Amino acid sequence: MLKKPNAVIEVDGDSLELYQKFNSKKTGLIIILCMLLLIVSILAMNSGAMELDPTDIIKTLMSIGSEISSVVVWRIRLPRILAAVIAGAGLAVAGCVMQNNLRNPLASPSTLGISSAAAFGANIAIIVLGAGTVQSSAVQPIIVNNPYLVTIFAFVFSMGATMVILMLARMRNFSPEAIILAGVALSSLFGAGTTLIQYFAESVQIAAAVFWTFGDLGRAAWTEVSIMAIVVGLSMIYFMMKRWDYNALDNGPDAAKSLGVNVERTRFFGLLVSSMITAVTVSFLGVIGFVGLVAPQMVRRLIGGDHRFLIPISALMGSLLLLVSDTFARTIISPIVLPVGAVTSFLGAPLFLYLLIKGGKRS
Amino acid sequence: MNLQVDGLSFNYPCHEVLKGISFSMKRGECLAILGTNGAGKSTLLKCINKILRPQGGSVLIEQENIKDFRQVELAKKVAYVSQSNHSTATTVFDSILIGRKPYIKWDVSKNDLNIVNETIKMLSLEKFVLKNVDELSGGEYQKVLIGRALAQETDVLMLDEPTSSLDLKNQLEVLQLIKEIASLKNITAVVTIHDLNLALRFADKYILLKNGVIHAAGGKEVITETNIKQVYGVDVTVEQVNDRSVVVPV
Ligand SMILES: Nc1ncnc2c1ncn2[C@@H]1O[C@H](COP(=O)(O)OP(=O)(O)O)[C@@H](O)[C@H]1O
Ligand SMILES: [Mg+2]
Repeated sequence: MLKKPNAVIEVDGDSLELYQKFNSKKTGLIIILCMLLLIVSILAMNSGAMELDPTDIIKTLMSIGSEISSVVVWRIRLPRILAAVIAGAGLAVAGCVMQNNLRNPLASPSTLGISSAAAFGANIAIIVLGAGTVQSSAVQPIIVNNPYLVTIFAFVFSMGATMVILMLARMRNFSPEAIILAGVALSSLFGAGTTLIQYFAESVQIAAAVFWTFGDLGRAAWTEVSIMAIVVGLSMIYFMMKRWDYNALDNGPDAAKSLGVNVERTRFFGLLVSSMITAVTVSFLGVIGFVGLVAPQMVRRLIGGDHRFLIPISALMGSLLLLVSDTFARTIISPIVLPVGAVTSFLGAPLFLYLLIKGGKRS
Repeated sequence: MNLQVDGLSFNYPCHEVLKGISFSMKRGECLAILGTNGAGKSTLLKCINKILRPQGGSVLIEQENIKDFRQVELAKKVAYVSQSNHSTATTVFDSILIGRKPYIKWDVSKNDLNIVNETIKMLSLEKFVLKNVDELSGGEYQKVLIGRALAQETDVLMLDEPTSSLDLKNQLEVLQLIKEIASLKNITAVVTIHDLNLALRFADKYILLKNGVIHAAGGKEVITETNIKQVYGVDVTVEQVNDRSVVVPV
């Protein structure tokens, strides 16, 4: 029954060819999505309160455009588009790695209570410390006197929550289920804290705080965009370095160990890095749900669980999803800008349900 | 000796599981570890693989203590297929390819791909190359797991109850496969198994484990009525049918 291996080792057998074709399809998908992202970015650049056609934009990007279009493109639209692309990619890969590390398809960047912690921090800054109100990109801005304080508080609290969970996981040798449950507990703790703070606040403050949690890509200026780009870029490199470990982890912790993976360490740093991405994104932009959950799941269904492809394609899918949603959000009933998180769910959920029903996986 | 275990002991926080296990195996031999549920069979395999850290004793592979190996280095010497397996949405090719994990630096090499390709041929899995493992039958999936362990190119191959969820034909096939691999690749195979008659058909050596100690060890001669009575608490007769020992419960 066991076939003796041929004396001469045959290179390039049938199975190998099949497999390589299968993988080149996935590479093809990466290229297609990159082009799609470029096209959507250009469309997003065109659309908005001020009409700009592609030639205007190209001129402006080469800094030979008019002054007004230069302001619109460089100061408003470009940072916003980049924020969508970077945050979308970051949240999606964070979700992708968390789903793998926690062995749970429902894991997402908010699983460890990071978003709730950020929201709690922001509430403290806005209501207790009177940092005021958030600058909205909508027509009547709710003014924030001190957006940096809000961002810093959101960041400190979300990283604090991450540390608590990771320390618990490390000291008590928590299982993935226990980590998730701890995250749920922490999440509801911060939720309760937020409720209490808001209960004693004035309505203007509450409006500002609630507005902050909605998530808004318009909050990102070049500084924020650069910081996010560095964090997300480095994280992606780290995740790609670990892609084989994640593939091994998919076979269960014991199998991964027997393949030479240091399961505890891989999990610790995987969760730490994904939490960093989430903390930075949420602190700068507010809570943007769903992308981190659904983008990697969609991709998993399209191309399977191989992290060599799953990580980059999830990133592209997250970027696309957030960029398309944001462009809809700011153009559909312009000049009112809808909360991008809600639009993401409106667009993403039906797409995801369709994929679930179709049930397919491979290309 | 290819695999040598000396005075191995392991306990969970408040529960002593293995108490001074010693045995050794040559290359090309198959070992069947027998014993009741909870005797410590799985624990023993996990200790040989450093998935669990034993409190006492040592495990030597080719005279080298596994304590001194990093987990990745050990993964090049011992392959392990666990009792409970997680089949995920990965293809058969990818599932076997991950067996090359200990050797992968940045990316898989041509050599890695060729080894997987050869393994697939050897196990006649060509039909399933791009099929997801969660769409395979139990027997096919077990073969894929064996393939993964084979691709790991180790000196020792350990399988925890590889036959427990298979039908009779697949049980025979899988054990035959393991036996052939052991002699063809000249490696040591260690298998835990519940079916004594199956074990008698393919193993060269036997260990009867009872409450964490070796009750009896050796060749076919240790599968006796008294030993089985003492380990499993079941009355049996051992008969000779066509020159084979057969265990028949009475
Ligand atoms: N994670 C664990 N924590 C505590 N005790 C355990 C754990 N896993 C197994 N045991 C105990 O160790 C003993 C041996 O288990 P195991 O090696 O799985 O037995 P076998 O594989 O022979 O059926 C059993 O009594 C079992 O209850
Ligand atoms: Mg067992």
